[in-house]
Amino acid sequence: MTYDILITGLIIIAQILAVVVPVLISVAFLVYAERKVLALIQLRRGPNIVGPFGILQSFADALKLITKENIIPSGSNKIVFILAPIITMVLSLAGWAVIPFAPGWVVSDINVGIMYLFAVSSLGVYGIIMAGWASNSQYPFLGALRSAAQMVSYEVSIGFVIITVLLCVGSLNLSKIVLAQQTVWFAIPLLPMFIIFFISALAETNRLPFDLPEDESTLVAGFFTEYSSASFVLFFLGEYASMILMSSMTVILFLGGWLPPFDVYPLNVVPGVIWFTVKVIFILFLFIWVRGTFPRYRYDQLMRLGWKVFLPFSMFWVVATSGFLVYFDMLPN
Amino acid sequence: MVLYSLTFYLFSSVAVLSALMVISAKNPVHSVLFLILSFVNASGLFVLLGAEFLAMILVVVYVGAVAVLFLFVVMMLDINFVKLREGFLQYLPFGALLGIVLVIELGILFLTDRSSNIYNNQTPLQPIVNEVENTKMIGQILYTEYFYLFQICGIILLVAMIGSITLTLRDKGGVKRQNIDSQNTVDASTAIEKKKVKIGEGI
Repeated sequence: MTYDILITGLIIIAQILAVVVPVLISVAFLVYAERKVLALIQLRRGPNIVGPFGILQSFADALKLITKENIIPSGSNKIVFILAPIITMVLSLAGWAVIPFAPGWVVSDINVGIMYLFAVSSLGVYGIIMAGWASNSQYPFLGALRSAAQMVSYEVSIGFVIITVLLCVGSLNLSKIVLAQQTVWFAIPLLPMFIIFFISALAETNRLPFDLPEDESTLVAGFFTEYSSASFVLFFLGEYASMILMSSMTVILFLGGWLPPFDVYPLNVVPGVIWFTVKVIFILFLFIWVRGTFPRYRYDQLMRLGWKVFLPFSMFWVVATSGFLVYFDMLPN
Repeated sequence: MVLYSLTFYLFSSVAVLSALMVISAKNPVHSVLFLILSFVNASGLFVLLGAEFLAMILVVVYVGAVAVLFLFVVMMLDINFVKLREGFLQYLPFGALLGIVLVIELGILFLTDRSSNIYNNQTPLQPIVNEVENTKMIGQILYTEYFYLFQICGIILLVAMIGSITLTLRDKGGVKRQNIDSQNTVDASTAIEKKKVKIGEGI
C-alpha cells in the first residue's frame, strides 16, 4: 500500500523532471538563438566567445548572475518581493503538465487541457503585478499597472480564438485538438484567428512590440528594475519558458501538434516529437523575427488594437465559424 | 484514497486559513493576495470533486480577471493604516451581530432533522465516472433546460456593462486623439504646404 504510493510519487516526479529539465535547457538555447538571430538581423556577430560559436554563452550568463549579490531594497515589501519571481517561474513551468509532445507523451491528459493552459497563462500577470507593487518604486509600479491592463485586454481575444478552435474540435482535450487536425491544420481554414492568436501571444508574454511593462526606454527596466542576481534570473527564465509554452500552444491549436504536414511515406516515419519541436522552433523564430523588425507600440495604440480591432473581429469570427458549421452540418458531436 | 484525503485536507485547510487571513491581514494588498490563494484552493477542491470545468472557470474568471482588477484598484489606493484602525471598535458590534446571525443559521442547518432534508434524497457528491465530459454535460443542461435563465444572465451583464460605460465616459475638451485613418491618408501633397516667406516678417 505505502509502496504503491511511493512508486506512484516517484513516477510522477520522474515525469515532471523529464519535462521541466528539457524546457529549462531549451530556454538557455533559446536565449542564445535569440541573440544570434538578432545579431544576424542587425549585421553583427552576436555571442561567439564562450564555447564553439558562443553556444555556452547563456550558461555563463546564468552562472554570473547567480553568483552576484541578491539585493532586496529596504523599502520593499520583502515577502511579496521574493515571492513574485518564484510565482512567475512556477506558473511558466506549470503549463507544461498538459502539453502533448507526441501521442501519449503527456504528463496529465486532462479533459479541460486547453482551459488549464488558458488559466495558467492568465495567472502569469500576478508575478509582474506583485513585483511592481512590492518594489515600492515608481518605475516598477508603472510597469505593473501597464501589464495588468494589457493582459486583461488581450486575454479576451485569446479566449475567443480558443472558442473558435473548440467549435471545430468538439473537445477541450489537447490530444483531441491535435487529432482533429489530421485532415487539415487549423491554421489554413482559420488563418485570421491564427494571426490574432500569434499577436496576442506576443502581448501575453510581454514580447516586443508589446513589451510595455518592461519598456527600457521609458521605464528603466519596468517591473524588474529593482531585481538582481537570482531573482532576476527567475524572471528571465520565466519569461522565456512562457514564450516556449505559448509557442507550443500555438502549434497545438493551429499547426497540428505532432502531426506531419502530409501523411505520406517519408514524412510520417519521423517521430511526432520531432515534428512538434520543429514547429515550436519555427514559431519561436517568428517571435524573434518580430522583435528584430517592429518598433514598440505606444500604450494607447496597444489598447486600441486589443479592444477595438481584435475583440470585435474575433467575436465576429466565432459567430461566422459556428454559423458555417451549423449550416453545412459539420459540427463535431 | 489516502492521497485523496490528504489533498482534500491540504486544499481545504489552506482555503480556510487564507480566508481568515483576508480579514485579518493589516495590509489590504496582502488581503487580496490571500483572497487569490483562497480562490485557487477552492478550485483545487472542485478538481477533487470531479468538476474540472468549474475549477478552471473559477481560476480564469475570478483569479485571472476579477482579482487582477481588484488588486489593481487596491494597489492604487493611498490608505492610511492608522486611520483604518480607528473605527474598529465602532464597527465591532455590527460585525459581531452579522457573525452571530450567520453562526445561528449554520447551526440551524446542522441541527434540523436530516430525514426531511432535501439533500438526503440526492446522490452524494462524487465524481460521476462515465464517458461524457462534464463540460459537455454542463452545456447540455445549460442550453436546454436553463436556456432562458442563461439569456437573462447575459442581459443583466449587458445592462451592467452599458451602465458602467455611461458612468465613466466623459468627453473632456482639449484632449488630442489619434485618427489613424486621417494619418494613413496623408501624402506629400497634403502634408507639405509651400509658402513664400518675406524676409524679416515670418509666417
